[in-house]
Amino acid sequence: MATQQSRSAARFMLAPAVILLLGWMLVPLIMTLWFSFRNYLPLRGGDLGWAGFDNYVRFIGSSSFWPSVQTTLIIVGGVLVITIVLGIILALLLDQPMWGQGIVRILVIAPFFVMPTVSALVWKNMFMDPVNGLFAHIWKFFGATPVEWLSQASMQSLIMIVSWQWLPFATLILLTAVQSLDSEQLEAAEMDGAPFHSRFIYMILPHLARAITIVVLIQTIFLLSIFAEIFVTTGGAFGTRTLSYLIFQRVLESQNIGLGSAGGVYAIILANIVAIFLMRIVGKNLD
Amino acid sequence: MGHIQLKQVKKSFGDVTVIPPLDLEINDGEFVVFVGPSGCGKSTLLRLIAGLEDTTAGNIEIDGKDATGLPPAKRGLAMVFQSYALYPHMSVRKNIAFPMKMAGMPKEEQDKRIAAAAKALNLTDYLDRRPGQLSGGQRQRVAIGRAIVREPAAFLFDEPLSNLDAALRVGMRMEISELHTKLATTMIYVTHDQVEAMTMADKIVVLQAGVIEQVGSPLELYRAPRNKFVAGFIGSPKMNLIEGAEAAKHNAHTIGIRPEHIDVSTTEGLWQGTVGVAEHLGSDTFMHIHGVPGCDPLTVRAGGEVGVKHGDTVWLTPNLTHLHKFDAQGLRIE
Ligand SMILES: Nc1ncnc2c1ncn2[C@@H]1O[C@H](COP(=O)(O)OP(=O)(O)O)[C@@H](O)[C@H]1O
Ligand SMILES: [Mg+2]
Repeated sequence: MATQQSRSAARFMLAPAVILLLGWMLVPLIMTLWFSFRNYLPLRGGDLGWAGFDNYVRFIGSSSFWPSVQTTLIIVGGVLVITIVLGIILALLLDQPMWGQGIVRILVIAPFFVMPTVSALVWKNMFMDPVNGLFAHIWKFFGATPVEWLSQASMQSLIMIVSWQWLPFATLILLTAVQSLDSEQLEAAEMDGAPFHSRFIYMILPHLARAITIVVLIQTIFLLSIFAEIFVTTGGAFGTRTLSYLIFQRVLESQNIGLGSAGGVYAIILANIVAIFLMRIVGKNLD
Repeated sequence: MGHIQLKQVKKSFGDVTVIPPLDLEINDGEFVVFVGPSGCGKSTLLRLIAGLEDTTAGNIEIDGKDATGLPPAKRGLAMVFQSYALYPHMSVRKNIAFPMKMAGMPKEEQDKRIAAAAKALNLTDYLDRRPGQLSGGQRQRVAIGRAIVREPAAFLFDEPLSNLDAALRVGMRMEISELHTKLATTMIYVTHDQVEAMTMADKIVVLQAGVIEQVGSPLELYRAPRNKFVAGFIGSPKMNLIEGAEAAKHNAHTIGIRPEHIDVSTTEGLWQGTVGVAEHLGSDTFMHIHGVPGCDPLTVRAGGEVGVKHGDTVWLTPNLTHLHKFDAQGLRIE
């Protein structure tokens, strides 16, 4: 891409993709912004004209707003911590030579291919059901009262379900990073008298920093907007209403598109705050 | 201290025996070079001594104590790897300090040793850089620095110079030799390059397929190779091995004569041949001679400026006092 000609050719070739992407992002964004300033109630008279900042004031003033932001952040943070800690442990284990390595690796990756709705339903009905679930049977076997997971420990359950889905992704990325670590480096450290925990802190973890950063950034993008898992399990009850779920309720259950759109804009702002925060702490690993 | 003894040490990977039972003694303060072609088990042997591989059978004793089951860190040995194996996330200073930090050495002592090592290895100006910002030779020095600060019983080097360019290699060769004279610590050095072996070693161990072919000083190996393999491996260019009628005249299956022990003449001599490729090095000329029965081509060394060219006919006379004789099994006949 050195010459003038190749640069302009490159721009020309990129143009369709860039225009398509911009359209894809800009049209919904502008529509959201537009509706957020309108008083739009589809079942109660349709578009009733400008609303000014009313929708914004109402959305943020609602008693559900701050709890939903908090819920969102707890879910994102919880899932990130669990997937990264377990992902590193699994990646280190899967890197060991063992019998049936190929099959074990495929099994570890498998949850990632299950649709969120399906996996959440499987967890809800097969594991967490207080009467027929596997956990209930285990609890009863030990003479304990089965836990009503999705109501008594709703957040923990939700975080567990989502972590189960995202663990394969984290493991896969971290495994490739673990495999690219020069084994002579670890041997040198071993000869230098470093026990396993020192080798982990001084060699393995710094080597994984970049992969961890990628996992954190990509997962955050997707976790900020999880929806299906909440929809099919708790339906937003028991303190599991995230910001995106709150928006969904405002738009569909209250049939207030203007109010929902204002919530959407808040969601964008929240995502950006999280992104800036993340780039500050982990972004330097990417250069 | 650094006396290492291998007793019937054997190593197999699954069904493949890489090192059949082997005995070897390495004396305190010696510079021992393991030399042999690629894949002959030199690295494996070194890693057995280091403790990075488990022995399949046999014992390894370090300073008279059985170290066969000891983990690498407890053996008191330091290793310099072919890839240098520096820690990329740490500065040069931290790299060198790492083994001392792991040993829990006081900070002042660490700083003292780092300063001394950096001075000896010309690294003082680079202590705050990352390994990625250093040249190959400097990285090599950092790896050596990391090894010397521990004051180990012995140093283990696995082909430490093979990633350097030729000029640097000669320089580092001298530096390592000098380091050995200064520290007087046992060093075990693995290489596939017989020139490194000849120039650095007190004692050379020639390996082939995990078997020790001969152990001796460089000149012993040069003067009296125990078999055809050692004869062909030690010395550059390689010894000429001649079979057939010419060998039979000396009651041997094969005779060997080094290129530097053959006189070249344009008028008379024992063997006649035609000049093939001639390599002019200035100080020496190596000529490939075709047409000598039993050995084609035969390599000879002539003085710097001989007046022969491709296609000329020359006569060769071997210097019989330097003739080596081997039997049908390839073993030396005295
Ligand atoms: N971990 C291993 N598993 C199986 N075979 C190995 C292993 N390490 C080395 N080998 C085999 O042992 C032989 C000697 O290897 P090595 O000691 O690295 O040779 P060298 O250093 O002399 O080139 C080679 O044939 C190699 O394939
Ligand atoms: Mg090797």
